[in-house]
Amino acid sequence: MPIEANGKVFETDEEGYLANINEWEPAVAEAMSKEDDLDLTDEHWDIINFLREYYEEYQIAPAVRVLTKAVGKKLGKDKGNSKYLYGLFPYGPGKQACRYAGLPKPTGCV
Amino acid sequence: MAKAEFEIPDLKEYPEVPPVQPGSMAHSKPFVAKNPKFMEPLGYPAELVDDWQEKAIEHMGELLGKYRSLQVFLDACVKCGACTDKCHYYLGTQDPKNMPVARQDLLRKVYRRYFTFAGKYFPRLVGAADLTEDVLEDWYSYFHQCSQCRRCSVFCPYGIDTAEISMAAREIMDRIGLGQKYCNEIIGKVFKIGNNLGLPEPALADTLEGLEEDVVDDTGVEVKYPLDQKGADILLVTPSADFFAEPHVDGLIGYGKVFHEAGVSWTLSSKASEAANFGMFIGSYENMRRISLRIREAALELGVKRIIFGECGHAWRVAYSFLNTLAGPFDFLDSNYPVPQHILEFTWGEIQKGTLKIDKSANDHMVVTFHDSCNVARATRMGDEPGGQFIVPRNVIKAVCNNFVDMDPDTIHEKTFCCGGGGGLLTDDLMELRVKGAKPRMEALRNVIEERGVTNMAAICAICKSQFTKVLPYYGMGMDMIVSVHQLVSEAIVLTGQDAGDDEQEDSTEDVA
Repeated sequence: MPIEANGKVFETDEEGYLANINEWEPAVAEAMSKEDDLDLTDEHWDIINFLREYYEEYQIAPAVRVLTKAVGKKLGKDKGNSKYLYGLFPYGPGKQACRYAGLPKPTGCV
Repeated sequence: MAKAEFEIPDLKEYPEVPPVQPGSMAHSKPFVAKNPKFMEPLGYPAELVDDWQEKAIEHMGELLGKYRSLQVFLDACVKCGACTDKCHYYLGTQDPKNMPVARQDLLRKVYRRYFTFAGKYFPRLVGAADLTEDVLEDWYSYFHQCSQCRRCSVFCPYGIDTAEISMAAREIMDRIGLGQKYCNEIIGKVFKIGNNLGLPEPALADTLEGLEEDVVDDTGVEVKYPLDQKGADILLVTPSADFFAEPHVDGLIGYGKVFHEAGVSWTLSSKASEAANFGMFIGSYENMRRISLRIREAALELGVKRIIFGECGHAWRVAYSFLNTLAGPFDFLDSNYPVPQHILEFTWGEIQKGTLKIDKSANDHMVVTFHDSCNVARATRMGDEPGGQFIVPRNVIKAVCNNFVDMDPDTIHEKTFCCGGGGGLLTDDLMELRVKGAKPRMEALRNVIEERGVTNMAAICAICKSQFTKVLPYYGMGMDMIVSVHQLVSEAIVLTGQDAGDDEQEDSTEDVA
């Protein structure tokens, strides 16, 4: 189902992931989170921005451990764990946060 | 956890066979691989072909000629009913088409119509039916409600293997252009990038480097997680989830510690950076073979002497039962060792030799039970004695944990219940099926939690680990209950030169993506 943001229409796949990562803009994340009844705070944006930076370098979402470690380094050790991330993204940081960030869904046995 | 949009089954103290609810899961269908990029790399038509009925029958005939077993399974059933209450998906969904015999009949009735004398001339007398659009729709729905776990075949007096029937059905559907997105997209990634996740070499290298840092931080010992190291003795082939998800990665850390202490040289491969072989799930010999050949190529290029598989259920079936046929002969490997070998066989060997220093008390905060993965339990062996696939994992757990208890005997060993997400069904679009199908395992687990104080369940399969982390919360249990067997090893192992008195246990049994 396509998603509307910032007056534009963005194509998504069956699961709501952006069809073309290059089209992403912050308004897409806002629109997606609104559909999930979630307000994006600065804490959410820290994660989304990290995911995008990592993807740009490696063409894949970071492993859970890589993500939690990076968050821990940046925001303090108490936040460098999956519980903190699930608190922000209840559908799972790997999947929900990736979707907001415009990244493709991690596939496989995960 | 997301809010459920379906009813979550009640867990009972004693397993009971629920009444049938016809059609209750007819709506369950995974996403179709509509994009040609998910079909064509596997050699399948991009979309449903015009003459799909004709082609499907033709392919069925081909499979019947190729696999004698398939015809025997389609001919032999006497409708005794022994399988009806053995499938976790029936027990969890109550849909009678999830009874193994009914699932088989979806294919059997078409087989009878086109391939048997009675079915050709007196179809109604023998339950034969034309391959119509409705039948195809049922195939797509219900052959994606079978995790190919083969529990039913343990109870079938004729040994009819429903998994083989569902594999054949999926292969026929793929060949007419009706493929499942989850499996086919993943197989495409294996061909293109080397693993199910689509993890490219630089990201893999970065992830492994991070693990090395973590182990030094935790223990003060430099344990290596080598990648593409030519001349290493052992090639470790492990599911890519081990690089990515939790608790999988804690198991990978454990493999590295065991190799380190054993003093062997080993390496991972960026080419064969995946143990899983989804070619089996879609019943495609050609794709299964192509995926397997990467392992052979990597072993030859790196010049290794041994191949060891990490914790992945169906990979061990492909490795143990089919690898030699698919990608052999492996005469270039050292024949003094099993070809291939399971990581648990290796670790158990080292424990017996006494090369590992173990402090079992590191796991004293847990009471552990063990989930036998279906493919390991019913299609493979470990070690050199019958039932080794049940004994070796438990021996390893007991060697590193003081508190171990088994679940109900009707739910372990060869009678183990599927986690609910195996066989290519571990996808979010099948969440209702996954949650309901987990019911028998959840029931047995909850009973040992209440009666025996179990705190954690260990598993040796990437799918099982991810599936449980996802479904446990639906049943009111914590997602961090699930641990890798080599995570327990990792916690208990005392590395040579490890910082003395470092008993701090980091809570590393966190959640998964």
